[in-house]
Amino acid sequence: MSDDTHAEIVAQREAVVEQERAHEAEPSAGARRAAQALAGVANTPGVAKPDPILVADDMARHFGGVRAVEVEHLEVQRGTITALIGPNGAGKSTFFNLITGFDRPDSGRWAFEGRDITGRPPHRIARAGMVRTFQLTKALTRLTSLENLMLGATGQRGEGMLASLLRPSWAAQEAQITSRAEELLDRFNLTHMRDEFAGTMSGGQRKLLEMARALMVQPQMILLDEPMAGVNPALTQSLLGHIEALRDEGMTIVLVEHDMDVIMSISDWVVCFAQGQVIAEGRPDDIRKDSAVIDAYLGTHRALHEEDPS
Amino acid sequence: MDILAVLSVAIRGALGPEAAIYALAAIGLNMHFGYTGLLNFGQVGFMLVGAYGTAISVLSFGFPLWAGVLVGMACAVVLALILGVPTLRLRGDYLAIATIAAAEVLRYVYRSSFAEPVTGGVYGLVQFAGSFYELNPFSGPLELGPLRFGDRALWLMTVAWGITLLAAVLVWLLIHSPWGRVLRAVREDEEAARSLGKNVFAYKMQALVLGGVLGALAGALLAINSQAITPDAFIPIITFYLWTIMILGGASRVLGPIIGSIVFWFLLTFLDAFLRGAMSAGWIPGGLLVPSDIGAVRFAAVGLGLMLLMMFRPAGLIGNRKELRLDVR
Repeated sequence: MSDDTHAEIVAQREAVVEQERAHEAEPSAGARRAAQALAGVANTPGVAKPDPILVADDMARHFGGVRAVEVEHLEVQRGTITALIGPNGAGKSTFFNLITGFDRPDSGRWAFEGRDITGRPPHRIARAGMVRTFQLTKALTRLTSLENLMLGATGQRGEGMLASLLRPSWAAQEAQITSRAEELLDRFNLTHMRDEFAGTMSGGQRKLLEMARALMVQPQMILLDEPMAGVNPALTQSLLGHIEALRDEGMTIVLVEHDMDVIMSISDWVVCFAQGQVIAEGRPDDIRKDSAVIDAYLGTHRALHEEDPS
Repeated sequence: MDILAVLSVAIRGALGPEAAIYALAAIGLNMHFGYTGLLNFGQVGFMLVGAYGTAISVLSFGFPLWAGVLVGMACAVVLALILGVPTLRLRGDYLAIATIAAAEVLRYVYRSSFAEPVTGGVYGLVQFAGSFYELNPFSGPLELGPLRFGDRALWLMTVAWGITLLAAVLVWLLIHSPWGRVLRAVREDEEAARSLGKNVFAYKMQALVLGGVLGALAGALLAINSQAITPDAFIPIITFYLWTIMILGGASRVLGPIIGSIVFWFLLTFLDAFLRGAMSAGWIPGGLLVPSDIGAVRFAAVGLGLMLLMMFRPAGLIGNRKELRLDVR
């Protein structure tokens, strides 16, 4: 490598770091709005929020003797990025499955946008405006990227068996959906994959595709199950950018994530799960210092007991 | 041995009414497996209810034949609902088990002695499609060199291929629509389709009913073709011929079942005629093969052909290899 290109790379890297600093110094409009809305909220588990979009009560799910989820009360504030953290097996994904209807709780009630959606099947919850993505990406491999996205549009007239035979009845809507899908492909830098089978995409591209597809449903709230897992650092930055942009547009985002740097940098509110229960929630800075969270992650209690047998 | 005669027999087999009927039933199966991913191992059951629905309506209730065919198709709807309601919410294997069992149960019920007053038991039913042949517009046979089709066969071929092509057009229209997009999404990943607000159960049920009705229509045509049906004509092996035809042509291709059926019947009749000719010409020593073995040998050869096909053209004759490769990962 010549010195010139090396210097160039260093310069580029510095520019990126500079950008990141500027970004950190100046929160986006959405982040400010979210911070304001959550300003008076205490950081205690199960605390009430000023404008909750999702309210869950007494949710319980047991697998045999394992209490996978036991959440007494949880509210998600509208227009925020809320992160669910916790050790493996803490019940984050199970909680996701419960509120999106993919799994049935043993007990509990939950409401979305003020409407009780307890026990509704997953497709009706999705139509109500709460859409999820999956930890193991579910790209529809033998459909093209464009078809993957177009599938996400709701209220398609051509999706009825008889109506589908009358092309004129849905052709105009189909054209509209196509252009919406193309816009989203463009937004997520996937335009070059438009007519490729989704199965030919890389893991990171699939994550982007899945997020774009969820947006085609035009949800009020989107639940991302480990959106950064298995994604290279460069793409992680772009994914983060997309997530923040969605929040800035007013969407509510709940995500499960393990990468602490990611969580601290983008979330407005953090909920920490351990052994199926919410053990702490609050602003990222508070959560970082919360003793219950540190215990759950590092096991200090146990460590102390072992060191202090008397 | 007259190779021209052998070829003309084979072409007659490839274009004959049976080829059209099997193609139609395979189109139904393609709807199930190729587009929706439903494992139906009992397509012959749908053919059975279609055939008996037609024959019983005509003989026992005095319906006109066309109404009988409609009754046969309605029976398929009922069968699809009975099979689908308990199994379509479960994993795919349950439908496979339920369908293969249901097809056999139906065959035993229709051939049982308590059903004999209606179904004719093991003797089956005969002479219910006379009105179909009364409508025959063809007055003489068609002769193209060594190829000869009787007027009865011509009439049935016209109707059967006509219906088969109409079914193919119908499937093409359905698949190239948002409805078809949802079906293919269900085939790829049910959960993903659910997460996007699609009622997966309803779509699977619609596909099961539609494919079953096409199977019943094929069964009705089969009954009309032979003017005689017995329950033991609807054995499970028919379902596996249909699978062979679908895979041979290329699953999830609109024309796959049609091409598959033509090739399947060509090979079958060609081998049959060729082996018989070779035997009478003394090319095959009598100790190696006797005429009664030919039936088995030709199926063994088709099986071998299918194995070679899976090795060298795994996606079928007109399948998309690129698409198939994605599946293997």
